[in-house]
Amino acid sequence: MFENYSDSQVYLAIVLAPLIGSIVAGVFNAYISRAVAHTITIAGVAISFILALFVFKYFAFDGAQAYNETVYTWMVSDGIRFEVGFLIDNLTSMMLVVVSFVSLMVHLYTIGYMQEDPGYKRFFSYISLFTFSMYMLVMSNNFLQLFFGWEAVGLVSYLLIGFYYKKESAIFANLKAFLVNRVGDFGFILGIAGVLMVFNSLDYIEVFNAAGAKAGTTIEIIPGTEWSMMTVICILLFVGAMGKSAQVPLHVWLPDSMEGPTPISALIHAATMVTAGIFMVTRMSPLFELSETALSFILVIGAITALFMGFLGIIQNDIKRVVAYSTLSQLGYMTVALGASAYSAAVFHLMTHAFFKALLFLAAGSVIIAMHHVQDIRQMGGLKKYMPITYWTSLLGTLALIGFPGFSGFYSKDSIIEAVHAASIPGATFAYYSVLIGVFVTALYSLRMFFIVFHGEERMDHHTKEHLQESPWVVTVPLVLLAIPSVIIGGMTISSVLYGDYFTGVVFVQQAHDVLGQLKEGYHGPLSMILHGVMSAPFLLMAGGIATAWYLYLKKPELPGKIKNSFAFIYNVLDNKYGFDTFNEKVIAGGTRGIGNIFSKFGDIMIIDGFIVNGSAKSIAWFSSIIRNIQTGYLYHYAFAMVLGLIGLLALVVY
Amino acid sequence: MLTLTHFLVLSAILFSISMAGIFINRKNVIILLMCVELMLLAVNTNFIAFSYYLGDTAGQVFVFFILTVAAAEAAIGLAILVVLFRNKRTINVEDLDTLKG
Repeated sequence: MFENYSDSQVYLAIVLAPLIGSIVAGVFNAYISRAVAHTITIAGVAISFILALFVFKYFAFDGAQAYNETVYTWMVSDGIRFEVGFLIDNLTSMMLVVVSFVSLMVHLYTIGYMQEDPGYKRFFSYISLFTFSMYMLVMSNNFLQLFFGWEAVGLVSYLLIGFYYKKESAIFANLKAFLVNRVGDFGFILGIAGVLMVFNSLDYIEVFNAAGAKAGTTIEIIPGTEWSMMTVICILLFVGAMGKSAQVPLHVWLPDSMEGPTPISALIHAATMVTAGIFMVTRMSPLFELSETALSFILVIGAITALFMGFLGIIQNDIKRVVAYSTLSQLGYMTVALGASAYSAAVFHLMTHAFFKALLFLAAGSVIIAMHHVQDIRQMGGLKKYMPITYWTSLLGTLALIGFPGFSGFYSKDSIIEAVHAASIPGATFAYYSVLIGVFVTALYSLRMFFIVFHGEERMDHHTKEHLQESPWVVTVPLVLLAIPSVIIGGMTISSVLYGDYFTGVVFVQQAHDVLGQLKEGYHGPLSMILHGVMSAPFLLMAGGIATAWYLYLKKPELPGKIKNSFAFIYNVLDNKYGFDTFNEKVIAGGTRGIGNIFSKFGDIMIIDGFIVNGSAKSIAWFSSIIRNIQTGYLYHYAFAMVLGLIGLLALVVY
Repeated sequence: MLTLTHFLVLSAILFSISMAGIFINRKNVIILLMCVELMLLAVNTNFIAFSYYLGDTAGQVFVFFILTVAAAEAAIGLAILVVLFRNKRTINVEDLDTLKG
């Protein structure tokens, strides 16, 4: 790629640049100034972004062959190699650009957002560490390194949700995120173990090449029932993806993760980390294609997430939570695309979503800065005239999110809807209607927030109103830079990414599932897609959503309250988030505590403490209480014992 | 005519007396100490008798050493006794039972 430098050095530089920045900012925290901390971390990410652009050009435009090399062998055990290596192809190079770009924007934005925070340097260290972890995840060429990256992003996410570690709700939220992710990771590591069991290798390419031959393998988990090994592996791997990509029922951590600072919500909980699951499934497409059951499972889970999490966005009043629920819903869309075997569409939506969702979060952060860290949208309103840049960029982001024709989100989301429509595996009909209604819901909650925040009457208090102003340039520049791809990236790339050969040789789709191949016949370029789009059902639903939001929140702002009162039951269900939290609290946490209590009482207190530990001590005490009677303390008794012993010894020697 | 047996019997009697002294005496630590000395003498008698009848002078040389050591030991024993008395205000064996478990 670069003369005089081998490829692996370039890839190593991409990975290590943010790591070095993170270490300097983190370890030498006390010795460096704020300016040094942000300069060095931003420099690290900027280097990796520039290199990522070169890598992207190298693959996307120069048509380079996939690079698959091991750079370090950690150990070899029983023929299984544990390695650090890079598999760089079109998918990876695209992810690299997305991750590094959003990360760079967030780094810049953080200078403005965290200005007054005492944890400034620590924050920069964390986000650079996150960037490193995400690179490790997407660049990996084996399951072990994937798992490393998987856990590392989880760890950084934990650290960042609990960034305000003195705030009790933040501590609860990060613990929750960590625990829920552990459930997912447990499935994930079981899946990796399954891969190791069947293929006896952790290397992607080896596994994928052998996948077809092993498709018929079965396993008896419960004696007497034969399950397809591929289905078991794929579902287990997907459980990991459910944890990381926040799919029902492991989604509960994502809304709570909004306790972290806003830049993090944009970077981790919208644009990059949560898409790790989507990326992973796409990477594993040769495995997932072998199991229709697993695909159906993915499809249904994704559809449930896409629709029902969208509903929750309608009633939220915290500006970040609305965006968080829309993230959940959009992740559901991507998952649906995975289930329909439209992996390219999922990654395509991942990319467009990364840009506009990062934009929306950063815009929300900009609003929060202006509002002096008030996050309740009921106290906002009419911000349009105070914050023009934030207003226009969020308008673009919102339009991209709801899939307004011409914007990035339109191409990716419409493609997903069409792909699901064309799919024929079990659950596809349900998924199709879910994502279709989801379009209406998305438009409704997005515009609801948009109207309440930027239009309508000004509900903030007098003091806040006096200080309302546009955010500084370090905040607005990232907004503008993110707004550009949010608008154009979809139309620019759809022809090659979705219907071209960008993913040929990277994503593997069986002939019978190839929905994108079917769609390709009806595709005649992005412009005709827009023309076709404005007459289709999704567009009408979206327009309906916008109109409803406009009517309810601008025209008749008193109506929502009335609706809420007359449908109190539905409102309560939504307000309790379908009871997932209550269920987890009561059944899962309560049940675990109950079982823990039983084990504590019987296992720990009775058997271990009572019987083994104290029991042995007690029996020794009892024995010695008898033995001690021999010790009279009188000299002549001891002398007598000595003589007796002497006689005994003599007797032994003589006879 | 004195035979080896006579000497051995004498030393056995001396040894038994001293042992009895240790066991039966419940009063005075000094008597205990004396009994221990007597026990040593009984052993010494054995040494000399065997040395004489077996024609080996090594046994008699040993006795000299033992007597020297015994003298030193008696001095130390008495010194300990003095300290003991200072601390406990008694040398009554019955009262000295701090080793009791």
